[in-house]
Amino acid sequence: MVSIGSRHNIHQSGRPDGQPMLFAHGFGCDQHMWRYVAPRFEDEFRVVLFDHVGAGQSDLSAYDPQRYSSLSGYAEDIVAVCTELELRDVIFVGHSVSAMMGVLAAAAAPDLFAKLVLIGPSPCYLDDADYVGGFSVEDINDMLESLESNYLGWSSVMAPVIMGRPDRPELGNELTESFCRTDPSIARRFARVTFLSDNRDDLHAVATPTLVLQCANDVIAPVSVGEFVRDRMPNASMVLLDATGHCPNLSAPEETAAAIEHFVRGSAPASR
Amino acid sequence: MTSRANEALEAFYEALRDDDADQLYDRAPCGYLSTAPDGMIIKVNQTFLDLTGYQRAQLVGRVRFVQLLSAGGRIYYETHYAPMLGMQGHAHEIAFDLVRADKSRLPVLVNAVLERDAQGSPLVIRTAVFDARLRREYERELLRAKQRAEESETRAKALAQTLQQTLIPPAPPVIPHLDVAAAYRPTGDGSEVGGDFYDVFQIGTNDWVVAVGDVCGKGVEAAVVTALARYTLRAAIVEHAEPSTALATLNEVLLHHHTNRFCTAVLLRLRYAEGKWAGTVSCAGHPRPLLRQPDGTLHTVGKPGALLGVVDSPHLHDVQFRLLPGDMLVLYTDGITEARSGKVFYGDEKLAALVARSFDSAAALTSAVLSEVLEFQSGRPHDDIVVVAVRVPV
Repeated sequence: MVSIGSRHNIHQSGRPDGQPMLFAHGFGCDQHMWRYVAPRFEDEFRVVLFDHVGAGQSDLSAYDPQRYSSLSGYAEDIVAVCTELELRDVIFVGHSVSAMMGVLAAAAAPDLFAKLVLIGPSPCYLDDADYVGGFSVEDINDMLESLESNYLGWSSVMAPVIMGRPDRPELGNELTESFCRTDPSIARRFARVTFLSDNRDDLHAVATPTLVLQCANDVIAPVSVGEFVRDRMPNASMVLLDATGHCPNLSAPEETAAAIEHFVRGSAPASR
Repeated sequence: MTSRANEALEAFYEALRDDDADQLYDRAPCGYLSTAPDGMIIKVNQTFLDLTGYQRAQLVGRVRFVQLLSAGGRIYYETHYAPMLGMQGHAHEIAFDLVRADKSRLPVLVNAVLERDAQGSPLVIRTAVFDARLRREYERELLRAKQRAEESETRAKALAQTLQQTLIPPAPPVIPHLDVAAAYRPTGDGSEVGGDFYDVFQIGTNDWVVAVGDVCGKGVEAAVVTALARYTLRAAIVEHAEPSTALATLNEVLLHHHTNRFCTAVLLRLRYAEGKWAGTVSCAGHPRPLLRQPDGTLHTVGKPGALLGVVDSPHLHDVQFRLLPGDMLVLYTDGITEARSGKVFYGDEKLAALVARSFDSAAALTSAVLSEVLEFQSGRPHDDIVVVAVRVPV
């Protein structure tokens, strides 16, 4: 049995006695996504980073297609990480698909979480009647094909680097070179779960104080979707960032961190 | 070199020198884009416009690069490409589909670098775009071939496992006045058919046969020979009372079969009469069975004989013996004694020491042997393992 720490490649920093902030990365990459944001909270908080099973330096052998065929499998992992590390009053910061995993985790274990920060959340990427998720099923298939063509060179060349070589720490530099790559069959499954899930009906049940961070021009999660999340959750506010794209944690770390800081440190409510 | 050729070369160099920076940029054999860190196009070359059918004024200052991609490409851009650029400052050989002005799609390969200013803030993204229509078509073929290969591998595995099950009886039959057990573990992950087999069957009233064999090699051809060996022995032992004669028949069959595979086997005939078991055993290139007596003493039974499928008239011998109450006879394949941990073999001595221990039943012995040998190889056997035990109840 592999420990949860190595299964999820958990890294902790900051104040061991501080309030825990758990950062969850989205589809495509790993905990390196938080490199420019998470350190800003180390002065006051216990910062916990991890990789979802199947991503980054997680234990790929722990990937169970059945368990991870829905977002609730990932949400159970988040609860398990909190339980294992004995985290209380957790501030959960989830990017992209991890935002919805956080919502599901908070629905399952509401007492565990003090606040949720959802960056670029979308409860449903597919268009459905009046709801505009932004994508059609054909678009998702198109994306899966895009994944396939970009993973062509994976198996033989990259696999040994990506699979993790704890016995060879000198490979560390190359690992950051490959942080957006993982086993293609896992990536394909994770992509399906990410873009074909519909969690719109899970939003209203989560009363945890929640901040939605929404980018101005996000082709993956448009502003109307961020507003939908804010409006469906009973205790949510939204901050519209100037940042462009889907990864403000990389493209605009200052602005992103400032908005999170305001929410987790300050007492004033974030603007709606 | 003639002066005329020299002049031509000079003229050629001249023409190259005339290729000024603007020409080099605009007419480069690849699309070339400069964008702000947020992807907004700030400069684009003529080749890119030719590839995509857009006018410069439609793009510059108006469109972000991501907006020129197919929907699937936009997701890949945001989830992989942009983070890669942001984290490592470059992205190489990324496959995208550009959506042209006329809505048709153009497969491209993209290289990009992110340049930062002196303070380290992102300044500009330079992107080279290569037409990849032919390459993409080729890659699709590769992917299709890979999918087909994966499908047939799945089918082959299922076939191998089905075949495996037909070669190995699910459990030995119940024999009155005798306790019989067998353990079998194929090599590797079970996706390949190995060459070990065993069989326990009745040929008359109180008349039973135990066969254990090992066909060299693995895979389909070995499986064919394994099946052949098993059924030949079944047929031959009914015909001929002596195990050695049945083994000689198998030798004939192997020599006439279109195979160069050879085989080792041990054939044991057990007859029960007047409350006593009598055995006849013949060994063909195979480890001889071990007989453990109730006091713990150990003997090998049988005489070594020749491999089958190699020479015309192999030397084979029948040896008769008695099985008394409490006696345990153990037949096995070399997957046990030649099991390796690093360079160390499991070996005859370890097996003898294990068999010499006291076991309540044949099944207790076979499972103890199997688990010890598996453990010795850290759970990954390099060869098939077969062990069959027969014990006369006290």
